[in-house]
Amino acid sequence: MTMAIASLGGRLPMTAGRRQMLLVVIWGALILVPLWLPLLGGYTALAGRVLVFGLAAMGLNMLLGFTGVLSFGHAAYFGLGAYGAGLTLRYLVHSTPLAMLAGTLLGGLAGTLFGLLIVRRRGVYFAMCTIAFGQLWYYLAYSWNSFTGGFDGLRDFERQPIGFGPFTLHIEDGGTTFYFFVLAVFAVAVAIMGVLLRSPFGRTLVAIRENERRARFLGIPVERHIWLSFSISCFFTALAGTLYALLNNFADPLTLHYTLSGYFVVMTVIGGMRTFWGPLLGAAVFVSLQDYISSMTVNWMSFVGVIFILVVLFFPRGLLGTIRRQAKA
Amino acid sequence: MTQLILFNVTNGLIIGAFYVLMALGLSLILNLSNVINFAHGNFLALGGYLAFALTPTLGYWGALVVSPFLVALIGLVVERLMIRRIYGRDPVYSLLLTFGLAFVMQDAARYIWGPNGLPLGLPAVLAQPISPDLFFITYYRIFMVAVVIVAVAGLFSFLRYSRIGLRIRAGTLDLETVASLGVNVRHLRTFNFALGCLLAGLSGVLAAGQIGLNPNMGDDLLMPSFIAIIVGGVGSLIGTLFGGLLIGMAAALTTVVYPAASEAVIYAILMAVLLIRPRGLVGEEGMLS
Amino acid sequence: MSNTTLSVRRRTLLQAGLALGASQVVGAPFVVRALGDQPVKIGMVDPLTGVLSALAQSEVDGAKYAVAEVNKKGGILGRQVELLVEDSANDVGTGVQKTRKLIDRDQVDAIFGDVNSGIAYAMSQVTNEKKVFHIVPGGHTDPITGTNCKWNVFRVCNTTTMDAEAVTPELVKKFGKKWFFVTPDYAYGHTLQDAFVKALTKLGGTYEGDMLPINNTDFSATLIKAKAYKPNVLLNNMGGLTQINCMKQFTQFGMQNEMGLGGALFELESIKACPVEAQTGWWDFEWWWNQPNVPETVKFVSDYRAATKKTPSARDWFGYVSVHSVRLAAEKAKSLEGPKLAAAMEDMELPPDVALQPGKVFYRKGDHELMPNIFVGEVHPLKGTADDYLAVGTLVPGEKAAGTVEETGCKMVEPS
Repeated sequence: MTMAIASLGGRLPMTAGRRQMLLVVIWGALILVPLWLPLLGGYTALAGRVLVFGLAAMGLNMLLGFTGVLSFGHAAYFGLGAYGAGLTLRYLVHSTPLAMLAGTLLGGLAGTLFGLLIVRRRGVYFAMCTIAFGQLWYYLAYSWNSFTGGFDGLRDFERQPIGFGPFTLHIEDGGTTFYFFVLAVFAVAVAIMGVLLRSPFGRTLVAIRENERRARFLGIPVERHIWLSFSISCFFTALAGTLYALLNNFADPLTLHYTLSGYFVVMTVIGGMRTFWGPLLGAAVFVSLQDYISSMTVNWMSFVGVIFILVVLFFPRGLLGTIRRQAKA
Repeated sequence: MTQLILFNVTNGLIIGAFYVLMALGLSLILNLSNVINFAHGNFLALGGYLAFALTPTLGYWGALVVSPFLVALIGLVVERLMIRRIYGRDPVYSLLLTFGLAFVMQDAARYIWGPNGLPLGLPAVLAQPISPDLFFITYYRIFMVAVVIVAVAGLFSFLRYSRIGLRIRAGTLDLETVASLGVNVRHLRTFNFALGCLLAGLSGVLAAGQIGLNPNMGDDLLMPSFIAIIVGGVGSLIGTLFGGLLIGMAAALTTVVYPAASEAVIYAILMAVLLIRPRGLVGEEGMLS
Repeated sequence: MSNTTLSVRRRTLLQAGLALGASQVVGAPFVVRALGDQPVKIGMVDPLTGVLSALAQSEVDGAKYAVAEVNKKGGILGRQVELLVEDSANDVGTGVQKTRKLIDRDQVDAIFGDVNSGIAYAMSQVTNEKKVFHIVPGGHTDPITGTNCKWNVFRVCNTTTMDAEAVTPELVKKFGKKWFFVTPDYAYGHTLQDAFVKALTKLGGTYEGDMLPINNTDFSATLIKAKAYKPNVLLNNMGGLTQINCMKQFTQFGMQNEMGLGGALFELESIKACPVEAQTGWWDFEWWWNQPNVPETVKFVSDYRAATKKTPSARDWFGYVSVHSVRLAAEKAKSLEGPKLAAAMEDMELPPDVALQPGKVFYRKGDHELMPNIFVGEVHPLKGTADDYLAVGTLVPGEKAAGTVEETGCKMVEPS
């Protein structure tokens, strides 16, 4: 698995050694979180949040960075994942894996169907349709009081321990066990994503991004690929959403709101949207900055807004993108 | 019953008029510059707040006229400083930029005028109903619709008959040709952005008289405006006009039957249009792709 | 050329970011102090941004004022008090995350919050799991001290049932028994309307009503229906800005000449956002500053105005009471441990300089709900210059309005 992801940076001007280093650093840092994060004034729940948002942003980046299509409505699939998981736990069955499955399917399938409608749109119009469609789910969750809990959010469900034969994984306590559970899910998802992007399918997506017209001349069914990319990306984001519901034991309408979509996009851009690991790095930076600033001042919105503006004006390639460019130079 | 019918028609008109004014500004900017202005709702709020600040010195009528132009001026500065740097770049950047701008503007409004809601006082003539039977139609409602009609008529004749207006319309269709004919596209876009903000500022003053002022006041109007544009057909201002009126009417009529669904119906229309007529009611084929 | 300057600028930016991160590292964790010097930490989570921000800001102001007062008098158990305020942004996910942060990282001794009862409830799940003492200053829905009551959770503001029970007899007496409800379509609105319906039908009343989206701005359709129904009272259950818009349109339509207007909860913050013509109606206030016959309140109000340049509202009082409750409970328990604080709070009576109103004000043991007076009165436009907007009609004792503990549905489970 590590090898699969390692060789992902096909376009990365890195030596194999440096690539290995990067991977060791990333996974090492993630696994050792419970050791070093408290020393930096963080807390484990924050790391869980970074992983969840990082996964959502990496899912989005499959579309945004690797296919070159902008969705500004991915919170919808994230939120549907969260609601799917929460509703399953609350009304259907007390099983964490089934809840995650249901949430991922709900968000992923909604994205797949909607993708069919808008796959011919491009650029800013595509983005606009995704925003509007995302808000549809927001209003649905917000106004369907009896089923979704409405404005107050869906509650009264709890993540359940997972049994493996004689062993039971007690994720219900939160803390470190749950963090490692999230990390394991993240690792599996990211491995699948890596394999997909390395496959001929993934290469085709990049070809479409680089030059859609040429891809079309080469006989590539462009619409079908964009649709598939949108759909798969929604599945990953929905999976992240199910983890978010488990993290909070809660799902609320704002997980479906376009503000969160904007956060996902900015995480992706901060980290570097044409890089595989960029969104995770962006999520780490954005989540910790927001967490820190919003404790410091009521005017955190201005700071977050200024971050958006500065990134766009002065830092459009993002962290990893810039590093890579310098390595190339 | 006649009351109800009369009411629904006027009310739909009013709601629709708001959406139209706001969506036309967004649409102008989108068509010429290919930028979705997420901060449009905040320019609207700015218009309301400036009117609030100006009323003590200029009176309501003075504020009604001056405030939108101040908003346009601020829009002009914002365009010069920031927006113009992202023309022609990947749309992700324009969305992020205006999204961040919206955050800053909302926070600034809260910082300057406080988190409390504020009332915008109306002249006594406007605040009363036109007759005891038509108690639900205040002069203000009629006034709002009248102002919107004048503004929309003014905008359309400006675009049709003035030289700059013609250039804006031409630029919407084919910016490269317009540029090659020696038109200064940079100035044109700046002017056009300010014009969009002018409309937002005007809707802000009107909205403040109806719903009062608060830092988030533009948020609820933003999504309906997006939908008005998609439903009407991207690229067509006439489409935006119809789109806004249509969803305004639909929302108002739904309120009578089932109030809780008045927002949902807007999204139902959006879905129907995307399914049946993806280019929108008046939009041209290919404009969306 | 320009390229190099750009990249330099980028690098300085990065360094600035690193420096920022580093300063945070140094600040918090490595400082080890003796327990006696360590401040008592109270974490407060409130929606300082978003539609409820005005109310939240007042609660924080009141709490800050109380903390300064307590610290001047020697703190809690001889230790200074530190208030850590976090913005929930009116978002449940953020509220929960901030609560976890306050407990896990800052290791607070008590938690306050939230104005939004949905967030307050979600927070209470966390504080209960972590066994942290939790006061809800201003989230109103019944279950927090009713069916979902918890051993570690206490509430300062009233339940919706208390507010409805207090104002209903007044409205019936003044105007009549035929009512029309305008209610927001979510949990708070539903419980509020249910409480009113219960109180009204007990007195033999009849009613009709509309459920509207929470952020509804145009009320004309509903008001036309209301007018056709010819009620004695239009009962406005909307909250915050929507409440004001409803009243504004009500008065613009001239309906105040045909029916009474009232509702459960109105706040000083909201009155100020009302245009003059809409400053009207009969309402509950959960605390009101103008009590010339209570010397403690008179002193408090003048001190508070001197310190903060504003008149305290009920929300300021909630924050104020919450901080002092922690102090009083800690002094009684001689401890800051959650279970001991909770045990000390049960049936604890607030002294006059904290209660700031006549009569006995105490936390009821069975459901952990504070039992203050409810100020029922008529709102009028400003008289004089000092925020005089209310003519107080009656003071309804909270216990009378709350009903019995059994009626709240609370079954307290003590900590294991």
